Amino acid sequence: MEVLGIPDPWVWGAYIACILVTLLCVIYGILNWNKGDEDEEGQIKEELEWEQKELEMEEKELGF
Amino acid sequence: MDILLLSIIASVYIIILGYTGYVAWKQTKTAEDFMVAGRTTHPYIMAMSYGATFISTAAIVGFGGVAGVYGMGLLWLTVLNILVGIFIAFVFFGKKTRKMGHNLKALTFPEFLSRRYESKFIQYFSGFVIFLGMPLYASVVLIGMARFVETTLNVDYSLALIGMALIVALYVIFGGIKGVMYTDAVQGTIMFFGMIFLLFGIYYILGGVTEANQALTNMSNLVPQAAAATGATGWTSIPAFGSPFWWTLVSTLILGVGIGVLSQPQLIVRFMTVKSNKELNRAVLVGGIFIALMTGTAFIVGALSNVYFLQNTGQIAITTAGGNADKIIPLFISTAMPLWFAYIFMITLISAAMSTLSSQFHVQGTALGRDVYETLTKRKGASTVVIARGGIVIAVLIAVVLGFLLPANIIAVGTALWFSLTAAAFLTMYVCAIFWKRSTTPGVITGMIFGTIVSVFWLLFVYSKSATALGISNFLFGKATLITGMPWNVMDPIVVGLPVAAIFTVLITLLTRPPSKKHLEKCFEGL
Repeated sequence: MEVLGIPDPWVWGAYIACILVTLLCVIYGILNWNKGDEDEEGQIKEELEWEQKELEMEEKELGF
Repeated sequence: MDILLLSIIASVYIIILGYTGYVAWKQTKTAEDFMVAGRTTHPYIMAMSYGATFISTAAIVGFGGVAGVYGMGLLWLTVLNILVGIFIAFVFFGKKTRKMGHNLKALTFPEFLSRRYESKFIQYFSGFVIFLGMPLYASVVLIGMARFVETTLNVDYSLALIGMALIVALYVIFGGIKGVMYTDAVQGTIMFFGMIFLLFGIYYILGGVTEANQALTNMSNLVPQAAAATGATGWTSIPAFGSPFWWTLVSTLILGVGIGVLSQPQLIVRFMTVKSNKELNRAVLVGGIFIALMTGTAFIVGALSNVYFLQNTGQIAITTAGGNADKIIPLFISTAMPLWFAYIFMITLISAAMSTLSSQFHVQGTALGRDVYETLTKRKGASTVVIARGGIVIAVLIAVVLGFLLPANIIAVGTALWFSLTAAAFLTMYVCAIFWKRSTTPGVITGMIFGTIVSVFWLLFVYSKSATALGISNFLFGKATLITGMPWNVMDPIVVGLPVAAIFTVLITLLTRPPSKKHLEKCFEGL
């Protein structure tokens, strides 16, 4: 069977699989678009502290 | 070369970058603002800047060119890039890495591993591996940039390489080492639309999707004899199972890069800069589409360029490119696409390469300064800056020297080798750190050491592509490779190194006492 002018199922399979995994990401993203923010304040605070440390490291250790 | 057109495009590009930089600067007056910028950042800006970090010039120029030789089977790499590099990485690794990284207050990837397993050795050992291995990756990014400039502007390769190296050096010296999200987003956007233009462009030129693919299928009798003898069967069919061509495509290009992406230090650190789980969820959507378009287009265009070149020059792509796959994509863009497009694409690739390179040099500098020097000497402060900066200078120099020394057709293979080295060295430990509480320090250390030794040995003495290019085996033993015969010489280090690391990790873990509950509680707090 030829699909989109490609005879080998292992190759047109890859072509189709690319589209399918992209769809997986899109669907996951849509379903979870507003999830994961239960503790957003805490997460942001934590991240802030981390970035402050990283900035400090950059200044002290890389001199930038 | 149309100097006027090039200057106009370059100026417009710089003005756009300058303007976005200015907007970003205006919105963020204090350091505090700078750091919470992500809180109010539009998901589009955030996702585009992710994309620009994930996809390097190497992926487009190097792997696109490789698709010109190996054909559309390389699309399995796109599948893995999306499935492993985006979906699995963000959904299963990203959230846990972010939380655990913050619990352990780790700033670099070696530090993350070392604190998780309470071992300084892990930190400086992995720091060394990163510092020594990464110049190879940096140099192939540099080569990708130089090849594009060489072909598009029709200048000498050495001149292009030195020019690019100088620009990068200036960029690094003037403190441009930190990626700015807004400028990354501009690059991401241009690349995104550039790739859409390219995908539609090639199918339009060749008369439609099925027609173009069919034309490529009909060319299978034109596969060069040398390639056919090693298993190549055409550009729309997988090489003969178990042949050298098959092993290179599947083990090095698809598996090495597809799986190795999980253990890339610069990408793992990015998980810690994510503001919240919500942001990661959203990034899966945009990231998936972005990677699909970037790598998918590069591979499809690389493969189909054979049809274009056959119709226009009577030769297949690799022959038109003088036997150097690294030149296929630049050559295709500069001959098949309008000149303005080639210039825009070139400038975007250069700036994308700059941000990739600067994050690589950043990782190398901290690997040497913080992970190796500070951990070994227990000294902190000014001397670390000297060491880290010295490390960056050395890294830039090595990358440039390698740019001159490395042979043709190197971008994709060089990237793949770096990815498989990191996978063999770190992937097992990284997976255990996050998912296997029972894993012990002696277990993961043994796995890391054996994984590294086996894959370095494989690179230098067995895997013929790298062993022949480096010549160390020949110098020491008078033989190009120590083990001969199929499939060993064509089997990527990852196929051997990763299982070895995994087996040793599990075995030694089961033979040693489980880690203390208290430490595990600290690591897994909130997880």
